[in-house]
Order: sequence, then C-alpha cells, then structure tokens
Amino acid sequence: MIAIIDYGMGNAPSIANMIRKVGGHCIITPNPQDAMQAEILILPGVGAFDNAVRQLRDKGWLEVILNHVYQSRKLIGICLGMQLLFETSQEGVLPGLGLIKGKVQRFEFDQTKIATLKIPHMGWNTIDFTHRHYLSAGYSEQPRFYFVHSYHAVCDQGADIVAITNYGYPFPAVVEHKNVLGVQFHPEKSHVFGLQFFKNVLEQ
Amino acid sequence: MLRVRVIPTLLLRNSGLVKGSRFKNHRYVGDPVNAVKIFNDKLVDELVLLDIAATESGQEPNFKLLADIASQAFMPLGYGGGIRSVEQIERLFRLGIEKVVINTAAVEVPRLIADASSIAGSQSIVVSIDSKRDVVGGYHVYTRSGTRKMKLNPVDFARRMEDNGAGEILLTAIDREGTGKGFDLDLIYDVASAVSIPVIANGGAGSLEDFRSAVVVGASAVAAGDMFTFRGKHKAVLITYPPYGRLEELLNGVSK
Repeated sequence: MIAIIDYGMGNAPSIANMIRKVGGHCIITPNPQDAMQAEILILPGVGAFDNAVRQLRDKGWLEVILNHVYQSRKLIGICLGMQLLFETSQEGVLPGLGLIKGKVQRFEFDQTKIATLKIPHMGWNTIDFTHRHYLSAGYSEQPRFYFVHSYHAVCDQGADIVAITNYGYPFPAVVEHKNVLGVQFHPEKSHVFGLQFFKNVLEQ
Repeated sequence: MLRVRVIPTLLLRNSGLVKGSRFKNHRYVGDPVNAVKIFNDKLVDELVLLDIAATESGQEPNFKLLADIASQAFMPLGYGGGIRSVEQIERLFRLGIEKVVINTAAVEVPRLIADASSIAGSQSIVVSIDSKRDVVGGYHVYTRSGTRKMKLNPVDFARRMEDNGAGEILLTAIDREGTGKGFDLDLIYDVASAVSIPVIANGGAGSLEDFRSAVVVGASAVAAGDMFTFRGKHKAVLITYPPYGRLEELLNGVSK
C-alpha cells in the first residue's frame, strides 16, 4: 500500500489519481497512524518551506516519516516534498528532514547573461539521467515533466543526484539516497511521462 | 530546456463547452469531460477552464463537474469562474486543480488575491485581466465576462496584482477573442514589460506564428481556444494540438 501524506500542502488527489491509473493501491491520509503500514510513503508539497515543516511537526508526521525511512521503506518527496528531505532551505529557518545531505536555495541568475528567465521555473522541461537508473526505464523519447518552483536543491554528495534539469544552470531534478527519493517536478501532472514514473516506482 | 507553454482555454456554460467571438454569441461545442480526455491524450502543456456564466448567475464553481474533469486531467489544470472566497479556492485545490483563475473578484474582493496567495503560494493564483481598447486608444480592464468597464488600465492593474501576490497574469484582448486575427501585441508588450511575473497571452490566436509573435513581445506562455477546437472556415468542431516537437522548433530560443 502507498500512503500519501495529507498535511494541507500539495495536491494529493492528483497523485492518487495517477497511482490508481497505473494500478497501484493508495490512500490519502491526514492521520499518521494510517500510514504506519505503508510500503511507500509519499510526501507532496506546495507552498512555503517553514510552514510545511511546522505542519508536519504539529500533525505528528515527523516521527512517522523518520521511522518509515529507518525501517528501510521507501519515501518519495515531490516538489516541496523533495526540498523537505534536505537539511536546510534558504526559504526558511527551520531545519528540514535531513535525509539527504545538502541544502535548498533560490534560483539566482547572472542577469548580465540571462535576462529573460523568470522565477518560478514554471512549465515543461526535460530531465537527463546521470546514470543508469530504474526510473529511466520505459521512455521512448527524452522524458519531460511539469515544474513549478523558485528554489532548488544543492546536493553535498554528487552520487545522490539521479537526474538533472537545466534552467539557467543545471540543478538536481531527481535525487536518491538509499530508500529516500525526491523529485523536483510534478509527475502527477506530467501525463504519459508521469504515468511511466509511477509505473517504474511500482515495478521496482 | 524549458519550453514556452501553449495552453488551450475552454469555456464552460451550464456544464457544456461553448465558444464565441469577442465574448459574445456563444454556441455549444461539446462535452467538457470528453474534451479534457482528448486534450489529455494529445499531451497538452496545461489546460484552463473558464466558466463564463458562473459570476453573472451568482453561482459557485460547479464542483461536481470539476471533480469529474480533474480526475481525467493528468496535466496542470486551471479553473476560473465564480470564485469569490478562499474557502472555494481551497476546495478547488482539493479536487486536484492546481491553479485558480480570478477575474471579477480580483477587482471586487480586495483581499482575495493576497489572502489566497499567502495560503496557496503565488504559483497557484492566476489573475485574469480582460481588456479592450477604447475609441481614443486607451486600454481598460473589464470584469463580469467583459460586460463591465472599470476605471483601471491593465498595466497599473497588473502591477497591483503582482504586488498583491498574483503568480501569473492571463491577459485577454476582448476584441480579438475568437477572431483568429492574432494577439493584441501592444497590450501584451505593455503588460509584460510592467511586471516580472509570467504573462499568458490570450485572445486572437489564429496560427502558430501568432504564438511566436506573442513570445517575441514578452509573453511567457500563450493560450488559445478556437485554434484547438475548430477546423476550417465553417468552424467544424475538431480538437487538435500541435505535436511537442513542432512547438519546440517554433518557440525555443525565442525571446524579447
């Protein structure tokens, strides 16, 4: 069973729709008790970093998430949910989950060279896998995904970067450390490419 | 590389899909759930649904219909029409809608944009500005599906909305809408140069070249209705959308 954390941040229904479409069984729950048996836990997120950390803490999710990871079960962070996996973010002052080494920082462009790039990075962009990975399976063309974000991850360990995307400069689009996976884009809004993503996750 | 978004806009009235010209003479063109399914299969970048009757009839968004649509939409989905409160916005997000599009209430409910963006984040809040040039050449903002003229010019209004927390501006030229005569490039240029948030050009697209022109003058994304729903001079209903590669070739590397 897959459990999607409903902590008032992010579009859990779209994620559930897509997982069901590829044949997965999932629940959306605001109650940490319901997620304790989940094989895969999904942490979505849209909004501000500190607010998300506070919501997770106040609603009793922090312990459940950490326990889930310590039991070697899979955790997937999506968008802000991915950023929460890191140690710190320039967007806030509260610490993140610290499950992946590194920080989150705002896009910053050299305006003399790149004058027209807007923040947030919003729209469809391609990803490039840094190495052979189960998530790269099944695509007949270069996969592209829908992104909406103003901040991006910076990994301390290059080995944690699974795929990169370019927006002004390359940044990590997919990160993974052991059983913790994060994606900066929205697979649930990336039609066939997102379906393949969830299929790959389920088949792994 | 990030590609300029190309967004079909679909108009709803009484649960049906309609199309008109210059905000008038709407006729029924089909079932919205079915249309969304087709657009989904065609891998559209994003989809915007606008209920043009909700505000005028004093109705709330049609949550039931939107739930059906959202469950079929595996792409970013925006909705506008009849939204007047943060509660309605939260309810729309819970259905799986990513972006809310606010037009009349952005003028009539002063705190709405600021409140909504502080809760949901700017990226989810699109302010829709309908505008028309008057006889002496000045632009005005219109609300209530283009029926009410405001003492506001679109440039000042767009700036104010950006300050209030809007994440995007959907900019529609009323007298181009449904005509296929091309976008109002002056309007796009004026507004896009005044704000730093993305401006989505809407109203008048008749060809792929029009998309390119809008991007050249500063649009971050382009929207169209007729181009994706009609074919031929008799306007037979046929849902189409250009393949990704074609749009990439057309729009990549274009900028002001």
